[in-house]
Amino acid sequence: MSTRRQFVQRTALGGAAALALPSLAQAATRADSKSITISNWPLYIDIDEKTKKYPTLDAFTRKTGIKIKYLEDVNDNNSFYGKVAPLLRRGQSIDRDIMVLTDWMAARMVRAGWVEKLDKSKLPNSKNLQPSLQHPTWDKNREYSLPWMTFMAGIGYDPKKVGYEITSVDQLLTDRKLRGKVTLLSEMPETTGLVMLSNGDDPTRVTDASFGRAIKKIQKALDAGQIRQFTGNDYGPLLAKGDVLAAFAWSGDVVQLQIDNPSLKFAVPQAGAIMLSDNMLIPKKGNIELASTFMNYVYDPAVFANIDAYVAYPSPVAGVEKFLAKTDPKILKNQLVFPDARTRARLHSYDPIGADNRDYKELFQALVGA
Amino acid sequence: MGFLHRHRWLTPYGLLAAGLGWLAVFFVVPMYYLAATSLKSGDIDFGYAFTWAWGNYAHALGRYQEQLLRSLEYAGIATLAAFLISYPLAYWIAFRGGRWKNVLLLLVIAPFFVTYLIRTLAWQTILADDGPVAGFLRTIGVLGADGRLLATSFAVVAGITYNFLPFMALPLYASLEQVDKRLVEAAEDLYASRPVAFFKVTFPLSLPGVFAGTMLTFIPAAGDFINAQLLGTPQQAMIGNVIQSRFLVLNDYPEASALSLVLMLAIVGIVVVYARALGTERLGT
Repeated sequence: MSTRRQFVQRTALGGAAALALPSLAQAATRADSKSITISNWPLYIDIDEKTKKYPTLDAFTRKTGIKIKYLEDVNDNNSFYGKVAPLLRRGQSIDRDIMVLTDWMAARMVRAGWVEKLDKSKLPNSKNLQPSLQHPTWDKNREYSLPWMTFMAGIGYDPKKVGYEITSVDQLLTDRKLRGKVTLLSEMPETTGLVMLSNGDDPTRVTDASFGRAIKKIQKALDAGQIRQFTGNDYGPLLAKGDVLAAFAWSGDVVQLQIDNPSLKFAVPQAGAIMLSDNMLIPKKGNIELASTFMNYVYDPAVFANIDAYVAYPSPVAGVEKFLAKTDPKILKNQLVFPDARTRARLHSYDPIGADNRDYKELFQALVGA
Repeated sequence: MGFLHRHRWLTPYGLLAAGLGWLAVFFVVPMYYLAATSLKSGDIDFGYAFTWAWGNYAHALGRYQEQLLRSLEYAGIATLAAFLISYPLAYWIAFRGGRWKNVLLLLVIAPFFVTYLIRTLAWQTILADDGPVAGFLRTIGVLGADGRLLATSFAVVAGITYNFLPFMALPLYASLEQVDKRLVEAAEDLYASRPVAFFKVTFPLSLPGVFAGTMLTFIPAAGDFINAQLLGTPQQAMIGNVIQSRFLVLNDYPEASALSLVLMLAIVGIVVVYARALGTERLGT
């Protein structure tokens, strides 16, 4: 019967009756197997280290009978886009029902019309979305997207080795004591966003002038030999060993690094830090009903609490505290996972249009040396 | 009479078929697509179309000359370094290895049981600012008090040298192994000193190995991007890093393809000149 409902739905979406036959075939096979495919970033969900199974996903399958093929194949927004864009452009399926992409890339997908509308009737739990995340500029009422996780980019450092508390980006870029011991992130929004904030510019509304100022400042620090490298997650070991004294870092990485290096700190600069989200989207031809059912499941705070305890990033789902108080009370005191109101006030998002601007990307890549 | 018996002239082609097929599918066809892509224009959102966009080459060459030259320079230095390290090594294994030959060869290859990435990451630890090597060099005054090895040109070249060393050592060994020791003895009997015998007899006879080893090292080294990324800074970016960034970050396939072809042609050019200089007739046995 779910086959039939889907058939009707798909026909309505497709518009033309001529499309009904292939749609029927597709819907039938899909619903019979009742499975969905999810593309997410690596290490972004709780995993049982011993069995290598995903408890949250297994519980979902037990509850709903919907099987999940979980791929950790989003390593980078751009290369993932490069992989799926040619298919989506031609209106072909990318054989995924949910993909998780960062704000600006999610915005591009919505703009291109390559994603399906969420089935809100299957998604009562979307009411649990944190109020501050409910109305992004690129998806005003969250019709197409729901955050999977939010993350902060700030400064990771060891106060013992640096000798003082870092409170500003300028300290990284100018203090001679840190010369050659600083890394920035190779992600353009994070790095230019943090520098813009230090310039007193607004990263939520990037202009040629503010972007140019940020690039100029980074270039100056590069020329002075202050910056050692631009990195992905690989600043972690360097920071832990002390080759790098201060780094633009993701808060979740620092939480992980702190397990072995408790003296490491994550600083939200006085001028502010960047906060972005990775968002669940249903690519065109994905199974809207089943994907929405899955999203609804993870938006149950009792479920998301388990994911969040493992991933250690700020939760986009409100109400997880109540469940974590029982299972992992320590995490509630962690400012990096549950930032207080004062810290939250210093977190800024990044202009999704600016983050997607080709000229800006070229400028930034030139800075990175490539 | 069977078909093959009647058409015996077909046999060599039959034997070549698998190799030629491989070459066609994995070299000729990709090359065609690479060349075609390099002349496209457009963007990733709306797709690329073939337009004879020669401008991609002009743009790529104009803008990334620095990284291209740096790649050839680093690859050249690394090849030379690998040669200087490998030749005595291969010589010693071939002539003095005795019954330990196989064990010694295994030791040369042993690091290759670990993946490329991990091997390179290990150099981050070896060359670390507070690591043993940097510490020693600081003590003897070679490195300044706040000098470092990691994230310098030295680290990148060292990483490349290390990573491609077996490609140099093994062909050299194979060549040296085959040198007829009686020829060396004959030279010495004819009053050649040992160095002269080496330069007049042994070294010329090992030239095919030198040629193979330098090619196998230089070619992949010129296109490498891992070492520059993990052991260098933006000032050490090589053409491989540019191609990777244009391809995966900016999704600019035409220019990435153009750069790949330029790199390939540059390498082919260098190889041709090198082969001429070394004298191809001396390479034949």
